[in-house]
Amino acid sequence: MRLPLFPEQASNFAPETDHLLYFLLAVAVFFTVLIFGAIFYFAIRYRRRSDRELPRVLHTGLALEIVWSVIPFGLTMIMFGWGADLFFRESRPPANALQIYVVGKQWMWKLQHMEGQREINELHVPAGRPVRLTMTSEDVIHSFFVPAFRTKEDVVPGRYSTTWWTPTKPGKYHLFCAEYCGTNHSRMIGWIYVMEPQEYQTWLSGGRAFGSLAENGEKLFQDLACGNCHKADGSGRCPNLVGLFGRNVQLADGRTIKADEGYIRESILQPNAKIVAGYQPLMPTFQGLVTEEGVLQLVEYIKSLGRQPGTTPAEVSPNPPAPKNQ
Amino acid sequence: MANHAEAQAETLALREQFDTAEQQKDASTLGMWVFLITEIMFFGGLFLAYTVYRDIYFPVFALASSSLNAVIGAINTAVLLCSSFTMVLAVRASQVGQRNALIIFLILTLILGVAFLGVKAYEWNEKFQEHHVPGPTFHLEGTGQQGEAQLFFSLYFAMTGLHALHMLVGCGILTWLLIQSWKGKFTPEYMTPVDIAGLYWHFVDIIWIFLFPLLYLIDRHLGR
Amino acid sequence: MITAAAQERETYLNASYGIKSWLLTKDHKRIALLYLFTVTLFFFIGGAFATLIRIELLTPQGGLVSSETYNKLFTMHGVTMIFFFLIPSIPATLGNFFLPMMIGARDLAFPRINLLSWYLLVIGGLFALFAMLAGGVDTGWTFYTPYSTTYSNTWVIATAIGIFVAGFSSILTGLNFVVTVHRMRAPGMTWFRMPLFVWAHYATALIQILGTPVLAVTLLLVFCERVFHIGIFDPALGGDPVLFQHLFWFYSHPAVYIMVLPAMGVVNELVSTFSRKPIFGYSFVAFSSLAIAVLGFLVWGHHLFVSTQSVYAGMVFSFLSYFVAIPSAIKVFNWTATLYKGSISFATPMLYAFGFIGLFTVGGLTGLFVASLGLDVHVTDTYFVVAHFHYIMVGGAIMGYLGGLHYWWPKITGRMYPELWARLSALVIFLGFNLTFFPQFILGYLGMPRRYHTYPDEFQVLHVLSTAGASVLAVGYLMPMVYFIWSLRYGQVAGANPWGATGLEWQTASPPPVHNFDEMPVVTHEAYDYTTVLGEVEVG
Repeated sequence: MRLPLFPEQASNFAPETDHLLYFLLAVAVFFTVLIFGAIFYFAIRYRRRSDRELPRVLHTGLALEIVWSVIPFGLTMIMFGWGADLFFRESRPPANALQIYVVGKQWMWKLQHMEGQREINELHVPAGRPVRLTMTSEDVIHSFFVPAFRTKEDVVPGRYSTTWWTPTKPGKYHLFCAEYCGTNHSRMIGWIYVMEPQEYQTWLSGGRAFGSLAENGEKLFQDLACGNCHKADGSGRCPNLVGLFGRNVQLADGRTIKADEGYIRESILQPNAKIVAGYQPLMPTFQGLVTEEGVLQLVEYIKSLGRQPGTTPAEVSPNPPAPKNQ
Repeated sequence: MANHAEAQAETLALREQFDTAEQQKDASTLGMWVFLITEIMFFGGLFLAYTVYRDIYFPVFALASSSLNAVIGAINTAVLLCSSFTMVLAVRASQVGQRNALIIFLILTLILGVAFLGVKAYEWNEKFQEHHVPGPTFHLEGTGQQGEAQLFFSLYFAMTGLHALHMLVGCGILTWLLIQSWKGKFTPEYMTPVDIAGLYWHFVDIIWIFLFPLLYLIDRHLGR
Repeated sequence: MITAAAQERETYLNASYGIKSWLLTKDHKRIALLYLFTVTLFFFIGGAFATLIRIELLTPQGGLVSSETYNKLFTMHGVTMIFFFLIPSIPATLGNFFLPMMIGARDLAFPRINLLSWYLLVIGGLFALFAMLAGGVDTGWTFYTPYSTTYSNTWVIATAIGIFVAGFSSILTGLNFVVTVHRMRAPGMTWFRMPLFVWAHYATALIQILGTPVLAVTLLLVFCERVFHIGIFDPALGGDPVLFQHLFWFYSHPAVYIMVLPAMGVVNELVSTFSRKPIFGYSFVAFSSLAIAVLGFLVWGHHLFVSTQSVYAGMVFSFLSYFVAIPSAIKVFNWTATLYKGSISFATPMLYAFGFIGLFTVGGLTGLFVASLGLDVHVTDTYFVVAHFHYIMVGGAIMGYLGGLHYWWPKITGRMYPELWARLSALVIFLGFNLTFFPQFILGYLGMPRRYHTYPDEFQVLHVLSTAGASVLAVGYLMPMVYFIWSLRYGQVAGANPWGATGLEWQTASPPPVHNFDEMPVVTHEAYDYTTVLGEVEVG
């Protein structure tokens, strides 16, 4: 009967997280043994032998108190630094990451590859290549948790959140929703299939032709008549979208922000939140007219505009945007 | 030596857990201050929510704020400031044992407090008429961000509503003080209830001093 | 002789009779007993929910209850245990009873407000009980939005009102304690002569006063959102669901210190009495309580590491979270050092103190794990966190509470509990506790998420171990119920100071008279001065 203590290590972050755990365990075991041992020893060695015993009063010294404050503090600072470093790198997807979009809703995961493949509760990815997930929720807060990768990130309605990892070992790994989301929270689970790169290519080209996300986005763009205002030559009443993604945008209130996925999403659903300098607040909201998946398709399409052939999205946007924060 | 009347008042008012009247007064006063600190934390949550949303939705908040009647708000502010003044005079009267003055100033404070509430009721009714009350009929002209505009008014009603509730309780306390003053319960040796009620009243006033500019005067300029 | 005198002597228990004399009492000691009855009731209600949860988790696919019901069970377990048991428990029972006596006061500063506090807890509890009986609430005790504001169709509002009202009970208790410690100390009772139990409750009271109002206003906003749909946490209306988390945890993190500081306060008294030595490093332990109270307000964001909170905010909160660990470590070291060259007794209260120190150490050390950003990404929202906080709340706080109950039982009731049964149940509780919760650390690292009704087969063995432990633990908790009640009638009659302890409460009769002391004490010696109890006899 197998009784494992650790999940498999299947991502670049897994061994690092486990090493951090070992350090913490070592410190914890040391102090546990120290305290339990001291209590055990003192209790027996100094057990009461007569009812009239009156032990001598011992006074502490500043030195002792400082020593047993500073040493633990030093250890905790190592724990902090190590953990913060790992965390920081977990928040910075590399430029060449494979982009996957995730929409969580009660009680299922909908995943979309850029090439158009859609998966429900399953995600196929190639080993050895970083994967970046851009995620949102259609309803309540969920959380995308893959124990074998040692990663987790909440999936929040109204914003995009990001997580990334590089799968290192082909196999099949649990996907769990890790933020309580209602009745079937414990059934909002699935599988991550890590495949050899060759197998992944095969898988990618098989199945129904969905059209890539960007192609679907272009269709939606035309259906919603976005091009009436957002003309490709820049002559319309609204800002030109070609080459927009990844660029800095000057807003009417003086701020400058970067046009990342979150900005594009917000511009579609809450267009008056940020007005571009020199333009009027004319755009109507498309909230209710387009689903979160539709928004993702539009985002991918707009990302593709102005992209030179042969350049990856990463080269247009060398510093992938950080997750939307508050 | 305290005379018989004073001693009697002291004995009547001294609760059995205390050793001296001074200890009782100190404890009561400290108790009221501690309570007011909890009230700061209570209102604080709303102020935090206000700060966060005002920061991210400034233009809508400014627009919504401009739909409030700043003149009426200013009048109400003046009303409350006057009521704090009359309250101070009431405390002073109780300190020097002037029962009649105490009663008069308590009545004035109460009238001003009720006036404030009356003006508030009028303002709220106006908002209701203008469809600025959050809900299915909400609409604020001049913006496409109705959700965010509704946020402003939700905070407006929550904050002024909570404040008004505290005013109401304050008026209740003033009424009780009036009855006790009428019965002659307060003397220079024992006027603690008047004193700490004054603290409470001033606190509710100060909350309004913050609410008024934050809610009514976002991005306002004289003459606009 | 003592027996006859005790039966004739007037105590706070027999000074007046009838239900009105209890329900309208102003005596802090009677109010403490009213609280004892109430929190014990809620403990067993919360325990019943826990029992059902652990039984359901015996099998991977459940089967005893539906998912809806399971979600209500863990929600109501959390709500009951935290707001209606742990938060009031030690302060409102042992604190109410002994804080005035320890500083030489006749009562708290505001006895009627003290009674009001109890009524508020009861009224809040009634709202919560109504919600539970009318169909339950399923949002988790954390009420995350927008699930709690828009999607849940259970009794959220009734529960929120219950917690809101109970929150004011906590605030008023805190207010009472702060004013009492500042203004009601007997002559000669300087701050640094006070028992450390009082310092711990003072620090707790500071947290109650400053933190609880924020929870109150947050619940008020949830109420408004649900009833009026104002949109404050609803993204569709421009609101921010994560703002709720910040507001909620701003209270709920300090709340865990409300739950553990009083238990630490109890442990001070136990370790000192049963080592017959002053607590080593008295002023460091006193200040560490204050440090925990202050620092505890600065770390709430460590509950939001994966919430889309900014990376930099996460780093600040992680850093500060390590700071708040240090004062707790200082306490553990000082308690252990107190044992050195002491005169150690293994009476039941001391066994609970040992249990507290050991289990709190494990719980606190695992806190270092979750404070580490990179590790927390993996273990947050898993059973690792569940194990961490149960080690502190159950292994720590509840053991401290039971230790205190046993220690002060003779003073409160005038009777001794049966020592052999008490030691046995302490051991049963310790073993049952570890069997219940240690497997959960492993479960968590393996990836078992929290609040899961069903789970993959490979987690079953650990769940079975945990449930086995829970049954042992349940037996351990029932035993004191039985023998404490038994002792009221058949327990050995206790003298004023059966333990040879210092502290003003031991210088008056057991049970105490209504006004605590026949003569107001004047304090001339330091805290934990055992020469006053034993005279100048010195051995070794």
